[in-house]
Amino acid sequence: MPLIRLVTLFGLAGLMLAGCGQKDAPRTAAGELIIRIGSVAPLTGPQSHLGKDNDNGARMAIDEINARGVTLGGKRVHFEIMSEDDQADPRNATIVAQKLVDARVRAVLGHLNSGTSIPASKIYHDHGIVQISPSATAVAYTDQGYKTAFRVMTNDRQQGRVLGEYAVKRMGKRVAIIDDRTAYGQGLADEVVKAVEASGGTVVKREYTNDRSTDFLAILTTIKARNPDVVFYGGMDGQGGPMARQMQQLGIKAKFLSGDGTQTTEFLKLAGPAAEGVTASSPGLPLTKMPGGSEFQKKFTARHGHIQNYAPYAYDAAHALVAAMIKADSADPAKYLPALKALEMRGVTGMVAFDDRGDIRGGAITLYRVRHGKWEVLETVSSAGAPAGQKR
Amino acid sequence: MDIFGQQLINGLVLGSIYALVALGYTMVYGILELINFAHGEVTMLGAMIGIAFMDAMLTSTTGVPGLAVLAAGLAASIAVCMGIGFSLERVAYRPLRQAPRLAALITAIGMSIVLQNVAMLIWGKQYINFPPVVTLEKYNVGGAIITNLQIAIVILSCLLMMGLLALVRFTSLGRAMRATAQSTETASLMGINVNRVISATFIIGASLAAVAGVMNAAYYGIAHYTMGFTLGLKAFSAAVLGGIGNIPGAMLGGLLLGLIESLGAGYLGQLTGGFLGSHYQDVIAFFVLILVLVLRPSGLLGERVGERS
Repeated sequence: MPLIRLVTLFGLAGLMLAGCGQKDAPRTAAGELIIRIGSVAPLTGPQSHLGKDNDNGARMAIDEINARGVTLGGKRVHFEIMSEDDQADPRNATIVAQKLVDARVRAVLGHLNSGTSIPASKIYHDHGIVQISPSATAVAYTDQGYKTAFRVMTNDRQQGRVLGEYAVKRMGKRVAIIDDRTAYGQGLADEVVKAVEASGGTVVKREYTNDRSTDFLAILTTIKARNPDVVFYGGMDGQGGPMARQMQQLGIKAKFLSGDGTQTTEFLKLAGPAAEGVTASSPGLPLTKMPGGSEFQKKFTARHGHIQNYAPYAYDAAHALVAAMIKADSADPAKYLPALKALEMRGVTGMVAFDDRGDIRGGAITLYRVRHGKWEVLETVSSAGAPAGQKR
Repeated sequence: MDIFGQQLINGLVLGSIYALVALGYTMVYGILELINFAHGEVTMLGAMIGIAFMDAMLTSTTGVPGLAVLAAGLAASIAVCMGIGFSLERVAYRPLRQAPRLAALITAIGMSIVLQNVAMLIWGKQYINFPPVVTLEKYNVGGAIITNLQIAIVILSCLLMMGLLALVRFTSLGRAMRATAQSTETASLMGINVNRVISATFIIGASLAAVAGVMNAAYYGIAHYTMGFTLGLKAFSAAVLGGIGNIPGAMLGGLLLGLIESLGAGYLGQLTGGFLGSHYQDVIAFFVLILVLVLRPSGLLGERVGERS
């Protein structure tokens, strides 16, 4: 059967050729070049609601970009998101980062937490992969001096200063501090301590918990003995909610103050009636005041429901990344990195532009308070007077 | 003194929840020498099912008093968890009863992962609120504050523990359980249906876990599909602390662990002059556990375990 043999031979050769082509430049069925972008956040575990939110924000941006169509270096490209789960765990973060490096992603959007973004950033840096975190706020993330590490959210030095000053000036001079011992919680709490002391207040007690606990009665009882005016918590909503409840249960009169980790819709649900009167800050402008906020909310809600917290930032991070690639006309990190550094983009969260360290330029901090079961804007403090790059 | 009293109350309530869960570990270990690592997950499912049932009841009916809803939710949770405990043993452990002990242990860990992921698929990754069926009332006892919920938790767990002790000591099922624990083969030669006794053990353990799960969720106001892991680990430690396989030991271990945790977090900083703080809350609990294992490997009340293992 020579004919069949011939056909088989041709078929095999064809397959091999196709295989070769795929090896260094994967393509879609339509012949577009596939560019992989990693998206990392805790997709399982106690912070998965926030992780999914970030992932959805990044995916929405990438889907829009793909629908619009992008040409890089004369070739049509198709962006593909590789979602990975770091479980909010620093050890997992490095494993996942290595996996993405091995999969040859051209950039990473993430991670969600500071504690995971920091160890992962070394791996990305060593392999020359650009990382934009939508929500890591710990000062240490960009303090390492990696040229590949960026973030689109104001850092904790600015946020901590605003929180500490607000606590002393508006809420009371005796402040008790609790943190969850994560890079984010501890970092923010440290900055708050500095600001409280600098503005003439006293830290009456410093206590600690972890990011998986639900029982805070023991530490709150110790804090109660010191009669604070304000209890500040550096950590996430899963702990902040029950903590607010347990403060009420113990009859602690002090006001509850927290950072962006608890300024979520989930917190309102978890704290129940105890949420009333709680104050928290969040980097950036409130969603309604963001230049593209209401439009983003409409689009996002139609696709995924409620916005938890950081989705707009993940969305902007993705758009900023692609904008830099388009400007450099390349998806090669070495080529588009300078374009990203010089980028000035009007995002939904505001202007996206980075300073030398990779921090966002001139971000704002907004303070919120719960009234009638809703977060209401108290005031927005601009940190433009002290951009992250000048304070070192 | 009021602060010390408050810490005692905190620890006592935490401890009674640990004790209820610890009983499930210790009963199964006593009879099968199996550490049922899926037990923490049964506790989590108990909380989830209770909440789901209460939510369904609150949306479909009106005017039912909160306590009745809570009681119905608790009953539903116990019923479903009994089924889960029974099927867990039937499906996962019975086929492996003659297999090396390690196989059963690994199966237990596997079942724990399965149950956790099933819960994640059903209830999602969100934290789940406990429905507002209990109105919290606070009482001031010499400066320390105790709530009606805390009193209810302590009393209910005490009652359940007494009931369990009475069941093991005075009923024929209890006698059969004790006989099976001593020797499965001899018990079966004496005409005891060993399979039924083991099923009953799992069912009782699971129902206690269901109560503990609902209590835990009510106490902290939230439930989450990962809550069973830490709770299970702590309860397991409590069971080892008291002497695994020993029922009064699990109760003592649970209460002690709760108190140690609470007082440790409250006073460690003061005692060490700020050198160690409340971030060592978990460490101190496990440190005490290690001390007990080194100085008294069979646990505080366990004397039979040494010869059996």
